[in-house]
Amino acid sequence: MGSAEPIIEVKGLSTVYYSLRGLVRAVDNVSFSVIRGEVLGVVGESGSGKSTLSMSILRVLPLNARIVAGSIMYNGVDLVRLPEQEMKKIRWHKISLVPQAALNALNPTMKIKEHFIETARYHGVRDKGAVIKKASELLELLRLEPRRVLESYPHELSGGMKQRVLIALALLLDPEVLILDEPTTALDVLTQRAILDLLKDLRKKIDITMIFITHDIAVIADLADRVAVMYAGKIVEIGDVFTVFKNPYHPYTRALIKSIPSVIGSVEEMKPIPGSPPDLVNPPPGCRFHPRCGEKLPVCSEKEPPAVEVKPGHVVSCWLYAAR
Amino acid sequence: MPRTISTSLIEARNLRVYFYVKKGALGKRGIVKAVDGVDLVIEERGIVTLVGESGCGKTTLGKTVAGLLKPTSGEILFRGKSITRMNRKEYMEYRRSVQIVHQDPYASLNPTKTVFQTLSYPLMRWKLVRGRAEAEEKVKELLRLVGLTPPEEFMRKYPHQLSGGQRQRVVIARAISVNPSLVVADEPITMIDVSLRLGILDLLLKLREELGTAYLFITHDFGAARYFSAKGGGVIAVMYLGKIVEIGPAEEIIQHPLHPYTKALIDAVPVPDPEISRKKRMPPLRSLDIPSPLSPPPGCKFHTRCPDAMPVCAEKEPPLVEVRPGHYVACWLYAK
Repeated sequence: MGSAEPIIEVKGLSTVYYSLRGLVRAVDNVSFSVIRGEVLGVVGESGSGKSTLSMSILRVLPLNARIVAGSIMYNGVDLVRLPEQEMKKIRWHKISLVPQAALNALNPTMKIKEHFIETARYHGVRDKGAVIKKASELLELLRLEPRRVLESYPHELSGGMKQRVLIALALLLDPEVLILDEPTTALDVLTQRAILDLLKDLRKKIDITMIFITHDIAVIADLADRVAVMYAGKIVEIGDVFTVFKNPYHPYTRALIKSIPSVIGSVEEMKPIPGSPPDLVNPPPGCRFHPRCGEKLPVCSEKEPPAVEVKPGHVVSCWLYAAR
Repeated sequence: MPRTISTSLIEARNLRVYFYVKKGALGKRGIVKAVDGVDLVIEERGIVTLVGESGCGKTTLGKTVAGLLKPTSGEILFRGKSITRMNRKEYMEYRRSVQIVHQDPYASLNPTKTVFQTLSYPLMRWKLVRGRAEAEEKVKELLRLVGLTPPEEFMRKYPHQLSGGQRQRVVIARAISVNPSLVVADEPITMIDVSLRLGILDLLLKLREELGTAYLFITHDFGAARYFSAKGGGVIAVMYLGKIVEIGPAEEIIQHPLHPYTKALIDAVPVPDPEISRKKRMPPLRSLDIPSPLSPPPGCKFHTRCPDAMPVCAEKEPPLVEVRPGHYVACWLYAK
């Protein structure tokens, strides 16, 4: 990773959805930084706010969502306050997204090469020859045969191939940051392994920072340098992957790791987390995890726990570690 | 597989399920052999987990066992009697005894019906209750059984008022409401929140203790397969292109896989431990993608991807042989 210079710094970010039932606080007062060159894994269950977080960074939120507080500093500018015209120069050029359900993201009536040409054209690059050359390089980097793939329609490619095409497409304009939202979720085990290995190789070959969003904590263990654990719109724990997995501080992180049925470890130690994730229109007071927590204290249902740095770079929001 | 005198709950014998599809723009006919010669035994209260990649035929096999698809050839015996040779009464008894839980709890409940309506319908249809009062009692009992309490509250709810995990519990309650002997659970946890998945599997295991239900559990996830079959003392069967390539006790399959395909899958899956997961690399398969099921390779269907393929593998199909007690594998490395 080299120097720990932050490339993106998020401070006090809150994003809400306006729904008929009321305000949904999908991302609530979240602060963290992304370090240049790292893979930051963001893990959480559905509804934890992890996808909203990534859409907030790129400001590609649905119409009923809005960033209501906080800042996202990137290269000295606050993306939250950047005019839309300027934001267009960031998207794809500087920060790029591989969206969730990406397997349906390709236009079935367009050849793969047209996807590359169209994307580049929209972002102001008109030299088709140069685009195809760049696309071929990227596809090769992702171990696809450029000649065959560029001339194919999406339906002629397997799921794993389409996923790799989408990663190549996101890398087309040499972004500094790549956000991947559940990039291996719909894939079979072997294809998932191939994509994980490719992403690891890619980091060695090109200068890139990745934010990897997933519900699967095992994938984070496999790939990320640091992990941010999200629960009900909050980051509850963030730190180095090896440290967090070896010695998770937050009761939610501990429970989440144990709730994964895995091919390693003892079956007896695996168990579900009791209760279910909260309704974000009406989240529980205090720590949002307290109704499901096995170690809760009286204070947990009253006051929100502050973020505490338990070890250098390892931050936990839990009353077990905060001065009360 | 050994052929015991069939007192087993379900026995599939040389089961084949083919689909006829149009191939290409000219509409040339092709055959997808989704299930291609499977023998499988499910004992009373037994647990069999089918695991494999998408397209391996595991869902087709599950649906066929549940009587939702007609086999192209081969037989399904229910308590020793072929389901095609049953009279109407026997056949209805089989259909009641084998229920299915589908993957998507959002699509498997009628959005216009309350939980009470959904759960009371099968009770009425099978004449298991008489009148509304009795139905209410039974529905309450079912809701308690699947952990949806207080039942009075859940009875009145519509599916959109329930979370994914709660919906799946309603679907499970519906399946067990008619006292089935076997529940085919097809990816029942795939669409459920991660933290709740083991809760659903634990519920199924608890119901087996209380009601004696056997399970055919279908999943693509080796971790879930292991958890369910190991906790329930059952077996894991690995499928590839319509065939069972390996079957045996759960921990035996996970700790000592024999088939190169099973080994590759278990080697590839990420695990929640960075030190172990990072040592994993793509197994040395000769090809990443499953061959088209329209034109599967001859001989062993895995030979085109297998790192250990030998000349015989392209010629003859390997038989399923018992390598260790109860652990069978279809691979020429182990067969003579």
